[in-house]
Amino acid sequence: MLFDKVCVHTFSQGGQHLVVDGNSGAVHVVDGETLTLIKRICDNDRIHGPDDLKELLEVEPQLTEIGHELLALVQEGLLFSSDLTEAPPRPETVVKALCLNVAHDCNLRCEYCFASTGDFKGERELMSLDVAKAAVDFLIQNSKHRKQLEMDFFGGEPLMNWDVVRETVDYASAEAEKYGKTFRFTITTNGIGLTPEIEDFINEHMYNVVLSIDGRQEVNDRVRQTVSRRGSVYEIIIPKFLRLVRNRRGKSYYARGTFTAYNLDFASDVAHLHDLGFDQISMEPVVGDANEPYALRKEHLPRILEEYDRLAELYLDRQRSGDGFNFFHFNVELKKGPCLYKRLSGCGAGYEYLAVAPSGELFPCHQFVGESDYVLGTVWGGIENQELSTSFKDSHVLNKPVCRSCWAKYYCSGGCEKNNLQKAGTGKVLDEMACNMEKKRLECSFYLQAVRTESETESV
Amino acid sequence: MQMKKKHIRTLSGTALKETLKTGGCGECQTSCQSACKTSCTVGNQACEK
Repeated sequence: MLFDKVCVHTFSQGGQHLVVDGNSGAVHVVDGETLTLIKRICDNDRIHGPDDLKELLEVEPQLTEIGHELLALVQEGLLFSSDLTEAPPRPETVVKALCLNVAHDCNLRCEYCFASTGDFKGERELMSLDVAKAAVDFLIQNSKHRKQLEMDFFGGEPLMNWDVVRETVDYASAEAEKYGKTFRFTITTNGIGLTPEIEDFINEHMYNVVLSIDGRQEVNDRVRQTVSRRGSVYEIIIPKFLRLVRNRRGKSYYARGTFTAYNLDFASDVAHLHDLGFDQISMEPVVGDANEPYALRKEHLPRILEEYDRLAELYLDRQRSGDGFNFFHFNVELKKGPCLYKRLSGCGAGYEYLAVAPSGELFPCHQFVGESDYVLGTVWGGIENQELSTSFKDSHVLNKPVCRSCWAKYYCSGGCEKNNLQKAGTGKVLDEMACNMEKKRLECSFYLQAVRTESETESV
Repeated sequence: MQMKKKHIRTLSGTALKETLKTGGCGECQTSCQSACKTSCTVGNQACEK
């Protein structure tokens, strides 16, 4: 047995030393001496496997105890472990989630909108109930043995087509019962059209709700503007969002922001959202053309990585004070995370997860909607472009040379395919910025879990 | 059976390869349905088995 060192990553943060074994997905907290020995093994070309390590321990007996613990980890398959030699067979097509773009229209004009301010570079249009019902039928028919199905109402702004959303939920719920399935509904909204009646329906029927708000008033209103460019969007939506969340009764939601080059101090926006009363928060890096003034560029990266550290400390401080919040990207599930099949399928775009345009056309995901080269088929005819669907199935980390040697591969699953295509022109090469940010978020998450679990164990 | 260790505390569960024997049911949440919509965050999902 030889050590596979390529995917072993070591780092220290806030006085914690961590080791990630990328091939097995294992994450260890170690003391300083152990970290030093692991780094020595990684850097030493003469230590190829357990026998070489045992030889080293004979020469340096003071390392015996640590060395034997490392050898035990190797035996358990949790350090210097080997990767799969080949991918499991290509998965069959089982559609389990649909994103319904119920409105290709929006009542805001956000500067960075990837949906081209709501119309997805086409006509402003709303999805008819007939198309939405056909999408429900398509999902049920193509979900095979899967019980739990997901449907997410997106846009544009889905509240601009509220009647169709409401009637689709009713129809899907009734159909699900007939076929022994259950639906989890999600809606993403900018909040402008929320009313107490709509909020009640969302809180009763939606498994999750994503509320678009970027943080501090000046940050939000700079990029999220009304059609007339007058008034404060922040002032309109905050009371509505807080009312909705107050009545959510523990159900899932996210106050979800986007950060841009204008607010590289985005931890302050997360803090602001928490101060307002939101405790489930997500803050995503903007996606878009690198030439736009709001775009995140390479020169911003060091500042962004520092900001994630600042956010991690803010997260800890508030947890310790007894008033914590949940940050989406710091929630990595280490004990009961997804299986390797899921980590290879990633988001499942193109064969498990599809987006439906108002016309009824199917796309690999919401980010491809409106791109004629990426039409997969229709809700009536199903997936017709099998070649395109297969290309998404094959676009997993084992087929991407950069990912194969990366410690983070089974946590990020190769990143967002659309971002990779947009930034690098091919799904086989990665969006380097997104990659670096994802790795930093993972490090912060592992660090936070190390701190959180410190008191639960007597060892270390 | 894992050896009790003095210098190392493991935060994660069993090696991922082990999940090839039991996983693949597909009942877990689709990652893009959660909150991101713009980045792949599979590690955030929980196994629902």
